[in-house]
Amino acid sequence: MRKFALTAMAAAFALTALAGTGAKAAGDAPVPPSQDWSWDGLFGTYDRAQLQRGFQVYKNVCAGCHSLRFIAFRNLQGIGFNEDQIKAIAADYEIEDGPNDDGDMFTRPGKPSDYFPSPFANEKAAAASNGGAIPPDLSLMNKARVAGPDYVFGLLTGYEEEAPEGFDLSEGKHYNHYFPGHQISMAPPLYDEAVEYTDGTPMTMEQHARDVVAFLNWTAQPELEARKSMGLKVILFLIVLTAMLYAVKRKIWRDVEH
Amino acid sequence: MSAPVWNNKVVKWVDDRLPIISMLHHSAYEYPTPKNLSYMWNFGSLAGFVLVTMILSGIFLVMNYTPHTSMAFESVERIMRDVNYGWLIRYIHMNGASMFFIAVFIHIFRGLYYGSYKAPREMLWWIGILILLAMMATAFMGYVLPWGQMSFWGATVITNLFSAFPVIGDPLVTWLWGGFSVDNPTLNRFFSLHYLMPFVILGLVVLHVWALHSVRSNNPTGVEIKTPQDSIPFHPYYTIKDLFGLGVFLIFFSAFVFFAPDFLGHPDNYIPANPLVTPPHIVPEWYFLPFYAILRSIDFTIFGIPAKLLGVLAMFASIVILFVIPWLDTSKVRSSKFRPVYKWFFWLFVIDTFVLGYCGAKAPDDYFMGIEGLKVIVMGQLSTLYYFVHFLVVMPLVGKLERPKPLPASISESVLKEGANA
Repeated sequence: MRKFALTAMAAAFALTALAGTGAKAAGDAPVPPSQDWSWDGLFGTYDRAQLQRGFQVYKNVCAGCHSLRFIAFRNLQGIGFNEDQIKAIAADYEIEDGPNDDGDMFTRPGKPSDYFPSPFANEKAAAASNGGAIPPDLSLMNKARVAGPDYVFGLLTGYEEEAPEGFDLSEGKHYNHYFPGHQISMAPPLYDEAVEYTDGTPMTMEQHARDVVAFLNWTAQPELEARKSMGLKVILFLIVLTAMLYAVKRKIWRDVEH
Repeated sequence: MSAPVWNNKVVKWVDDRLPIISMLHHSAYEYPTPKNLSYMWNFGSLAGFVLVTMILSGIFLVMNYTPHTSMAFESVERIMRDVNYGWLIRYIHMNGASMFFIAVFIHIFRGLYYGSYKAPREMLWWIGILILLAMMATAFMGYVLPWGQMSFWGATVITNLFSAFPVIGDPLVTWLWGGFSVDNPTLNRFFSLHYLMPFVILGLVVLHVWALHSVRSNNPTGVEIKTPQDSIPFHPYYTIKDLFGLGVFLIFFSAFVFFAPDFLGHPDNYIPANPLVTPPHIVPEWYFLPFYAILRSIDFTIFGIPAKLLGVLAMFASIVILFVIPWLDTSKVRSSKFRPVYKWFFWLFVIDTFVLGYCGAKAPDDYFMGIEGLKVIVMGQLSTLYYFVHFLVVMPLVGKLERPKPLPASISESVLKEGANA
């Protein structure tokens, strides 16, 4: 009996592992190497300083082409900015509002409740400015790709100046190791000292990439820290409860031959 | 079995007018249950628990969800980011679907191993299959609601299957869509039906439990309850055993919800639906993979019937065939414990469903587990063939040819014997 239960349990686990293979089935690009991230593991958390550096990279580099439409300025509290800092950051942006009493649209400085404005008016404008390719929104990028953060990091650092011998690279495209098909419209976005850090962190291309991936992981999963800390408490509670239920079960069944 | 006497006046007053308390007492308290049930008998109540969890979490999700193609994706993100504990409710609901199928699949394999479909439990078994079918429809429509890329393309691929039927196919698909492609009317009706179906499932579960309580639980020996010594009251023995099982199950469930909430999902569904961009691989959720493999494995025509129609028929047949196994299985013995030959075929069948699942997840032209020369499509065809051979050939033949081990005279006797051996 017990053997059967164990086999079935193993089957359930195998089933979930199988589901994992489904998710990893796609693509002809090499698998990006796995990186160490501060939020990995049961106790993983975000590094606020890193998130803020990553935000700086997004704001100064990525935001030129990529929107971040699910993030409002007020959300930046989550990466450690206080209210005044957020007001100042928001005020740097021009937000279209209206119509006013005359029926006209107007622009005003951003408020904390505003969402990050998109760099292009619409998808057609985005495509027209980028050789036909539409720069995707980045809010959920780390969840929308297989091996999310590792993939985005691999992509940002995986450019080659020259395509390998015999590879037919189209006009206006760039060669990237990890992009499916290797031809990507986005020019290499990062380089050493692309952004000036004030906290003494080395300003290498790789560090910029690492920081912006961390920031994008926060935009994709802002609940991650609350989720993991609640998860630990829930599972700890369940283990104690289950152990007690088992003890009660043993006691109730003690006198039954079964 | 006689009606209990109630001392509490209020309870007695109610029960004299509507014997609901007697009924509950009868079916959740004194219900005589075989005393030798293993932990494999926990999964029915676990599935019931997940059903309730799904209904409750679903009701709260609906309060914040907008079933419109231009707002569905955004409203789900709003649930994840702005609704208090919205991420928790949604991750419970998302992973709950998988947990429901895990519990139900184990429950079904349990029934197959111990012959729980045999007389007099055919109706019980049938209602169970109806529940599975209703669950599959519900899960499919629910996956469409976030309106991500896999939602849209999954819906497109699966609804298109109905176009395989001759003459009525195309009008049928248009009717299902409420238009000429998967669009807002489709999303709206899927939302409506996704809310309706769980209550249909709940009704079927009531019938399932009713049927169970009239024919009684099967047990690992497959020998019916004969004397009062064979059974024990459901409460407290199985209430506490089910609660303990629930604790273990909740730890497993929570591990996904809190630490790997997207593991069982597909990353493409975090990209908003785009009818102009087809994802490179359209893959259904893991619990549909074996059926998807059966569908895809038919890439040939027979007697001029197109491959697509054959695939659709094979996929539906893979579930419908379960309705007739009470008659396909010719063995007089229920439990595979006493069936030395069939037991091996049972496990072969389990492996076969896993192989099908694997094939469903891979592209047809990939190599099966990296084995050079063995295409996934071929392996899928072989395992589809075996799936039906198991029911149509193995079950009738082994039942006739096999010499089963001697059955214990009663549940009590088998319990005492096992105790003596231990």
